[in-house]
Amino acid sequence: MMLVSCPWCGPRNEDEFTWGGEASRVRPDDPSELTDGQWTDYMYNNDNEKGWVVERWWHAKGCEQWFEICRNNVTHEIASTGTDGETS
Amino acid sequence: MANTMHIYGARYEMMSLEEIKRRLPIFEPSADTRMPIVGGVYQPDATMVRHDAVAWGFARSADSRGVDIIQNCEVTGILRNGSGVTGVETTRGTIKAKKVGMAVAGHGSVVAAMAGLRLPIVTQPLQAWVSEPIKPVLDEIVVIRNYFGTYLMQSDKGEIVIGQGCDPYSSYAQRGTFPIIENATSAMLEIFPRFKRLKLLRHWAGMLDMTYDGSPIISKTDIPGFYIDVAGSGGFKTTPIAAKTHAHLIATDQPHKLTRDLGLNRFGTGHLVVEGGVSANH
Repeated sequence: MMLVSCPWCGPRNEDEFTWGGEASRVRPDDPSELTDGQWTDYMYNNDNEKGWVVERWWHAKGCEQWFEICRNNVTHEIASTGTDGETS
Repeated sequence: MANTMHIYGARYEMMSLEEIKRRLPIFEPSADTRMPIVGGVYQPDATMVRHDAVAWGFARSADSRGVDIIQNCEVTGILRNGSGVTGVETTRGTIKAKKVGMAVAGHGSVVAAMAGLRLPIVTQPLQAWVSEPIKPVLDEIVVIRNYFGTYLMQSDKGEIVIGQGCDPYSSYAQRGTFPIIENATSAMLEIFPRFKRLKLLRHWAGMLDMTYDGSPIISKTDIPGFYIDVAGSGGFKTTPIAAKTHAHLIATDQPHKLTRDLGLNRFGTGHLVVEGGVSANH
């Protein structure tokens, strides 16, 4: 069981959360300025890296806040959680 | 789902609760079970195969046709020039090639990244559990289509083989975590309570490359000569036809008629292929 430290609620079981994808996905400021290819790349393509990744998680069954975690997706070790970056 | 099977020529029969009890004597839901089973669908043509026998069959046949199968040889790079792909770097040396096909279930993004490509996939764990061998109690493959979607069968060695859906986060750990185990076994025990004392001997998780529509990508790429066969939720069952259509694509540089709609460009055009039987999880 992964224990995910919600920045507000503290360590909680992983099934209180919803995985929210890669934190490197950043919504473009003005989608209308992108080509179709760039928009498709933003919408669908992932780095999907193996190893240490920075992700967004949502405390769906708790405080319902979004935050980021730095996790190793081979060992499931979680290095840090925080509210930096694009999450709010 | 049953109607879709019917349209494509697979036989199916609706089953009442009494018919389920007749076919599965170990089906013993309690009167106050939280999610009562009300009926079922039976596909008489379904069966189990020995997956390792199928893999060895293909390997022997390919070998006898002159294919070199090089084991313990990891691809570490994909070589390109201005015109397209030129070969692969491996832990045992360079292999030049005018065409390179990728079929590396679970490491699609890792290998595609060697060619500078990002893919519309996430890699998630799919757990499986195998019990100690027990006397024959289960003739059929059972899929419990309640909220949790547990499926189970009994192998020819007597083991009960159990599976469910993917763990809902990206992972290359090949083991998954406890919430799925709890969901899968609680669904199974609600209707097969005599499995409460079953000892589970083996547990692992595969790495599944999941697309947003749950359908495979068997496709050319922007790199001439580089073909990919990745994702899709059919599992082992669809590997023979995926291999056949991927081979067709590599040999002719054109998609097989069955996989014309499964190109990488469908995400850009919006023509996602969402079929009734897929198990896309996000």
